[in-house]
Amino acid sequence: MLLLQVIVGGLLLGAIYALFSSGLTLIWGMMNFINFAHGEFVMLGMYAALLAAIWLGGGPAVFGFASLLALFVLGVVIYFSLIRHVVRGPMLAQILSTFGLALLLRYTAFWLFSANVVSMPETVLSGNLNVGGILVSVPQLIAGVIAAALTVAMHLLLTRTTIGSKLLAVAEDRNAAMLMGIRPDRMQALAWGLSAGSAGIAGALMAMSYPWSPSVGETFGLTAFVVVTFGGFGSVPGAMYAGLIIGLIQALSAYYLGPIYKDVVVYALFVALLWLRPQGLMGKA
Amino acid sequence: MKEATAPKIAWGWVALAAIFLAYPLVFQSAFFRDIGVLLLLAAISASAWNIVGGYAGQVSVGHGMFFGVGAYVPLMAFTHLGWPPLLGVPIAIVVVLILSVIVGMPTFRLQGHYFSMATLAVAELIRLLVGTWDFAGAAIGLSGPAIPRGWWDLTFTSELPYYYIFLGVLATLLLVTWQVQRSRFGYYMRAVKAGERAARSLGVPVRRTKLYALMLSAAFTSVAGSLYSIKTGFVDPESGFGILVSVQMLIIAALGGAGTLIGPLIGAIILIPLQTATNTWFGGGGSGLTYILYGGIIVLLARFEPGGLVELWNTYAPRRWRSGSHAP
Repeated sequence: MLLLQVIVGGLLLGAIYALFSSGLTLIWGMMNFINFAHGEFVMLGMYAALLAAIWLGGGPAVFGFASLLALFVLGVVIYFSLIRHVVRGPMLAQILSTFGLALLLRYTAFWLFSANVVSMPETVLSGNLNVGGILVSVPQLIAGVIAAALTVAMHLLLTRTTIGSKLLAVAEDRNAAMLMGIRPDRMQALAWGLSAGSAGIAGALMAMSYPWSPSVGETFGLTAFVVVTFGGFGSVPGAMYAGLIIGLIQALSAYYLGPIYKDVVVYALFVALLWLRPQGLMGKA
Repeated sequence: MKEATAPKIAWGWVALAAIFLAYPLVFQSAFFRDIGVLLLLAAISASAWNIVGGYAGQVSVGHGMFFGVGAYVPLMAFTHLGWPPLLGVPIAIVVVLILSVIVGMPTFRLQGHYFSMATLAVAELIRLLVGTWDFAGAAIGLSGPAIPRGWWDLTFTSELPYYYIFLGVLATLLLVTWQVQRSRFGYYMRAVKAGERAARSLGVPVRRTKLYALMLSAAFTSVAGSLYSIKTGFVDPESGFGILVSVQMLIIAALGGAGTLIGPLIGAIILIPLQTATNTWFGGGGSGLTYILYGGIIVLLARFEPGGLVELWNTYAPRRWRSGSHAP
């Protein structure tokens, strides 16, 4: 029974991994660009949720939306002020830009919020649900379901709407898209907004059940790399499956090996993936 | 052209060498000598990073893994076998060569981003593992010989011997780098950096070039780590494998000018006194501010001048002062 509970918990957390990783894979697939600060976006989403809950009150709908909005704006601002200028520059500039950004955001968060572990104030949602002997925490359940729904929504947005077609057109061929009357800059800014926004709301969802400190960003960033590599370059459905699998693997390794090893196993899996199947689970060979 | 500029460059290096040789004799206080030692160590690590990150253009953000292995193995040899730490240095080099194959082999057939991600992940992986591994002192770390049993333990009370040992290592590393950059392999590295596809089509063995560059870089980074732990007599997971170890190499090389011989030196000369100053001004809480500063500098460099100060100099300095080639 306990094992089943661990599995459910892992899948629910995995759904949140899937959500923020789909943001990373969007940028990766669209611009062939790796965002080293993506985990920091998740971390900032958690603090944005906390601040919104304190200042605005209200429930998860309020702080969830506040995190989404705050990080969407941050993503767009970062695109226009930084990414746009380095994306066609040398590799060194590309990697340094978001790597430096990650440090800047992480240590600014340390400075602003201190290194103490915090959690949401008297969580609006609490309690456990007993489903046939398995205890599932209500906030985790809701967060997981919303995250899964949002990941699917992201996929639908990219594949079923005009905006999505425009985004993919820019990803496919920037110049051809331009000739079709699409402004690549705007679309890429939108992609950065969506990417950071997904990280923001994923952070808000996670904040509902897990305490955190500014250092979580690094862990989430690496987790997102593993999920995206596993799921395949630029694939949102891939990120979905891979996120669930990574969540599960993490929960099981925490259960069998001890909590310290949950990240160790995931990072080791990453190296193994690079050796064996770098194109990912669903990627083209 | 080359004959005309060569003597001028050489004189600059001679002057620099003279300054470095004289520095601890002029500034005799422990404080300044300590800064000198720190600066040399930072310059060694950054120059080592520069081989793969600068010349070959493969940006490692986890070079701390090589530094950490270099720092740990000598102290492990001392703690468990009673060997002088110095004997651990070649063992550490063997270990990092294996490690660089593990990281480099799979990622160098992929695009550049994969290598960067893998270095970050492996460095973090090793940091977590070492933090729980009792043989390596777990979270507490390892200590070196408290009382020197002989000169071979390299445990001195004065900073002076360390300063000149580090200076010797730095000089060796720069000489090796200089030789390498003039060799066929050096041209291969720059060709790979400029464009892998073009390089491959001209017959450059791209993967092998990247891997050899990483191995050379890793070996020297490991030596830097060994120097650090032998001098400090102590290492823990954070000072060996922490992300800030990797960040410092990267930022120093990039600030001065990645892919140039002088760049990492310039970066160290600017950043180490600056770091000491912020730590002194702001006390213990200053370290957080230092890292915000680091992040800011890295972002600004990426945004405005990825070539670093050397590139800035080559763009704006009066023509006759500029160095003749782009790789002085």
